[in-house]
Amino acid sequence: MIAGIELTLNGEPRRLPAGATLAVAVRETGADANERGIAAALDGEVVPRSQWNDQALRDGHRVEVVRAVQGG
Amino acid sequence: MNGIELAGRSFDSRLIIGTGGFTSLDAMGAAVEASGAAIATVALRRVDPAAQGSIVDVLERAGCFLLPNTAGCFTARDAVATARLAREAFETDWVKLEVIGDEDTLLPEGSELIEAAETLVGEGFTVLPYTNDDPVLARRLESAGVAAVMPLGSPIGSGMGIRNPYNLRLIVEQASVPVILDAGIGTASDAALAMELGCDGVLLASAISRAADPPAMARAMRLAVESGYLARRAGRIPRRLYADPSTSTEGVPELSEP
Repeated sequence: MIAGIELTLNGEPRRLPAGATLAVAVRETGADANERGIAAALDGEVVPRSQWNDQALRDGHRVEVVRAVQGG
Repeated sequence: MNGIELAGRSFDSRLIIGTGGFTSLDAMGAAVEASGAAIATVALRRVDPAAQGSIVDVLERAGCFLLPNTAGCFTARDAVATARLAREAFETDWVKLEVIGDEDTLLPEGSELIEAAETLVGEGFTVLPYTNDDPVLARRLESAGVAAVMPLGSPIGSGMGIRNPYNLRLIVEQASVPVILDAGIGTASDAALAMELGCDGVLLASAISRAADPPAMARAMRLAVESGYLARRAGRIPRRLYADPSTSTEGVPELSEP
């Protein structure tokens, strides 16, 4: 079995390479990490953009990556 | 100056535009420009890789201040988490707080709303809560430290206008923070009425975004909000059951045979 991390990314089960950080997960969604209006949460807690490169991921993590959309 | 001050910050329009319901970002941009709104609401959703363009860019080109909302939240916990995400995404402490209690009417859930407002105020947010047309709830929110109260006129997207103008008057009379009518506006006269009743501003989305000609309706709303505000300040005449002639009844000439 290939080493990897099994987690949930925006509600979908995903496998990311071992050692993947939150920055990797954000890119995986198709989001441009430098764009304004993007935020990420790990198990419901917001992780500041400045920490995305250092935030390690592990099995079972729930990652949410959101983007600004139209809304009242 | 016809603008509004919210939480110590001045905005040059009393119309806040919600950006939901437009068919495209271009259509939204054109309507936002025509509305003259200085504040525009935005929502946060899971990244859609197929989405084209950046709403943030379009709104900032239009010179709008971005006000993130917590639309779709049914609990204080979710609303607080969404507000924190928004703070990170938009680098703003401002939030339009929505906590919904019912899927069909989208009416606010009062107790969760107060809980979320208290938590967010405690965390340094500038909280603008979407609330019911309930003067008691409005007062509770004000005690929690919100920057404005935003009572509904009628359910979101219903276009039913202001169903309880008397409650709205009570809220306006009792509030010491700005009151912004949020939700239910159908057409320009509804927005004008909100301002005539003493609201400090109007927030609307569907009335523009779902109109047959959104930019034209955006202009109508801009003028309606201004007109209502000016009329309120000008002081309307009292309502009377019988006529009160504006032309003098003195000195009417006798022109027929007596």
